[in-house]
Amino acid sequence: MAEKTVDFEKSLTRLEAIVEEMESGDLSLEQMIKHFEEGSKLVTLCSGKLNEVEQKIEKLVKKGGTLTAEPFKPEE
Amino acid sequence: MEETRKIYSVAELNRAARYALENGIGEVWVEGEISRLTRQPSGHWYFTLKDEAAAVSCAMFKQNNTAVIFAPKDGLKVRVFGQTSLYEPRGSYQLIIRKMEEAGKGSLQEQFEKLKAKLAGEGLFDEARKKPLPLLPQKIGVVTSPTGAAIRDIINVLTRRFPNIGILLAPVTVQGEGAAEKIAAAINYLNTYNDEAEQASRLLTNEQAARSTLPIDVMIVGRGGGSIEDLWAFNEEIVARAIAASRIPVISAVGHEIDFTISDFVADVRAPTPSAAAELAVPVKAEKETQIARLAARLGGSLQNQVYVLRERIPGFRQTMIHALMNDLRQRQQKVDETSRTLATCLKNAVTFQKQRLPSLQQIMTHRLESAVAERKQTLRRLGVQLRALSPLAVLDRGYSLTQTADGEVVRDAGRLEKGDILKTRFAKGTVFSEIKKKEA
Repeated sequence: MAEKTVDFEKSLTRLEAIVEEMESGDLSLEQMIKHFEEGSKLVTLCSGKLNEVEQKIEKLVKKGGTLTAEPFKPEE
Repeated sequence: MEETRKIYSVAELNRAARYALENGIGEVWVEGEISRLTRQPSGHWYFTLKDEAAAVSCAMFKQNNTAVIFAPKDGLKVRVFGQTSLYEPRGSYQLIIRKMEEAGKGSLQEQFEKLKAKLAGEGLFDEARKKPLPLLPQKIGVVTSPTGAAIRDIINVLTRRFPNIGILLAPVTVQGEGAAEKIAAAINYLNTYNDEAEQASRLLTNEQAARSTLPIDVMIVGRGGGSIEDLWAFNEEIVARAIAASRIPVISAVGHEIDFTISDFVADVRAPTPSAAAELAVPVKAEKETQIARLAARLGGSLQNQVYVLRERIPGFRQTMIHALMNDLRQRQQKVDETSRTLATCLKNAVTFQKQRLPSLQQIMTHRLESAVAERKQTLRRLGVQLRALSPLAVLDRGYSLTQTADGEVVRDAGRLEKGDILKTRFAKGTVFSEIKKKEA
């Protein structure tokens, strides 16, 4: 259930760690390239997550004994 | 007499009686038992309050009775607060009730403290139980009234911060009779909704379909501001237990900043207002986008920087290498110089030393030679004496002679000689040769 969001958090944390490691200057060029590749994937993943869901405002309504979700607009 | 007589109309009398009651007795707390309760479609309640000895008519209008936190019914002992008054059209005396408490339950504050202590004792407020909120929820569950200001505020803030967020409202009545039960049921329902969504997403391969049944990542439970009675549902044990049992993290948002309810203590996070709850629930999408963009820029930048640094360092490497080589060379050169210097000194020293030693060696050698010669001379002399003592010639001195054949062989056996053989005889002084004339056996 929380997998999708955990992904985002983990990815973002990992991305931050990667960038910091790269900026520390302790890595070899080969390691830098590997980090860069992983980081680039994470950037795509994270920004993808932000736009994954479409907006939907719904309200639960009882219909024939079962609850269903239908669009909801609050009264002004 | 008749002129002084004051004649009231009935209406005047009832009005006077009403004034007398309202001003003379005014607002009072009364305890009694409810009977003949009727709830009008208008929302007003009418009942009789009685004890063993007496009864009084009571009216509780809609604007007041919605704050009653329990369900009154006939036979229930209650404590009411209201205005003594009179219903003028019928001249009936009555109480206009503003507040109603269950008798024997203690005041709301007492009930609040009692439940708080009980749940705290069970560990329901422990920090260790609090679930962390997800950083990026995709769907937010909201348990509140569909008509209040709270849902409007929540939707506004949520969509402002994260335009493509999913919101699912579980509409409930948030005050009055049965509100607590409805709120608790909604919290429980959103949890089962998640279980179903999970099952559905497992069954559905179609991404669009799976997305339509996204699970709820976090829920907001609350309402806008009001009196303590208005907020009371959120102080009920049933709501507290539903929040505690929720597998979805719960943000409580009841009333204003200053209002604290039991729900606030049990919830994973307490928000001071519904708007604040919405702010806690979702990040600002634009901020996250900026954060990711910055990280992406730093990611590329650091690699570029590394390449740049390395490229810059290549001439440096060459320089360093030449330096190192030169240095090495110089050191070797120095060592060679040093060694040859040492060697020269050693040689010089050796030569000087040997030069110094030379004369003394000569002396020693001469001395050694001399003593060797002297020694040998002495040995020679001794050997000469010994030799002479052993020589057969020495025997001859004592009168013996030595007979030899002509070949020089010493004769020991006459048998081996023949007549006519020449014998050589040596004496101490001189030698003679003679011929054998006769041989005797």
